[in-house]
Amino acid sequence: MSTSTLSPSPSLALPLSQRLLLALGSCLLGAALIYCAGFAPMEIVHNAAHDSRHSAAFPCH
Amino acid sequence: MLKRLAQTAGFAGLLAALLLTLLQSLWVTPLILQAESYESAAPTATHSHAEGASAHAHDEDAWAPEDGLQRSLFTGLSNLVVAVGFALMLAGLYSLRAPGHSWQGLLWGLAGFASFNLAPAAGLPPELPGSAAADLLLRQAWWIGTAAATAGGLALLAFARQWWLRLLGLPLLAIPHLLGAPQPEVHESLAPAALGQQFIYASLLSNALFWAALGLASAWLFSRGQRASRAGK
Repeated sequence: MSTSTLSPSPSLALPLSQRLLLALGSCLLGAALIYCAGFAPMEIVHNAAHDSRHSAAFPCH
Repeated sequence: MLKRLAQTAGFAGLLAALLLTLLQSLWVTPLILQAESYESAAPTATHSHAEGASAHAHDEDAWAPEDGLQRSLFTGLSNLVVAVGFALMLAGLYSLRAPGHSWQGLLWGLAGFASFNLAPAAGLPPELPGSAAADLLLRQAWWIGTAAATAGGLALLAFARQWWLRLLGLPLLAIPHLLGAPQPEVHESLAPAALGQQFIYASLLSNALFWAALGLASAWLFSRGQRASRAGK
C-alpha cells in the first residue's frame, strides 16, 4: 500500500478540518456499534451475539 | 458527503454481513454447536474458566435465543451491527483518503483483516466455547489495544510522509506482541484439539472473505457516489 496508490482525491469538496471531524465521528460511531455487539458485558447481548463473537474471535466468556 | 458516507457504510455493511452470515452457517456455526455438545456433556459448569478468572459468572436464567432459526437470526443481526460498524470506520477514513479505484478497497479490507483479525489472533486465536482463557476484561483490553496499534502502525507505514514517521509504524505493530496476550495458566479445552484447529481456519478464512467483500463494496460505493456528485455539479 504505497502513498501513490491511495492518493487523496482532488474532488473532495469539504475542507480538511471538516473531513477530519467526519472521519473521527464515523470511526467513533463505528467503534460504538462494534463494542455493543462484540464486547458489551450484558448477559442478554452476549447470548444474542454469542456465535457472532466467537466467529469474529472477539474475546468471549 | 454525510449521505454518501451513510449509504456506503449501510450497503457495504449489509452485503458483507450477508456473506459472513452465509459462511458462518455453512462452516463456523456447526463447529460451535459441535463444541457446545462437549460442553453440555461436561459434568461441571457450562463454561470452563482458568484459575483466578472465576470473577465472571454466567447467569443461567438470562434470556438466550433458542437454537435454530432464532439463534441464526440474532447471529445475522449482530453480524450486521459489527459489519456496519467496520464499514462506518472505512467510509470515514475514505473521506480523508478516497480510494481512486474500487480494487483499492481490497487493500483497505486487507488492512482491516490484519488489524482486527490477524494481529489479535496471533495472541488470542479464535476459540471455541469451552476453552480455558484468561480474565475477560484483560483479554478485551489487549484485543482492543492490538487492533488499534496495528491499524495505527499500518496507517503510518502507508501514509506517513516523513521516513522516520513511517518507521515508527514498525514498533507500533510489534509492541502488542512483545507485551504478549493474557494467557490462562493451563491451556485446556473441552472440545478435541482438531476441532479447535479447524475452528481457527474457519474463523480466519471467513473473516478474510468478509473483509475483502467489505473493502471492495465500500470502495466501489464510495467512489460511485463521488462520481455521481461530481457529475451533478
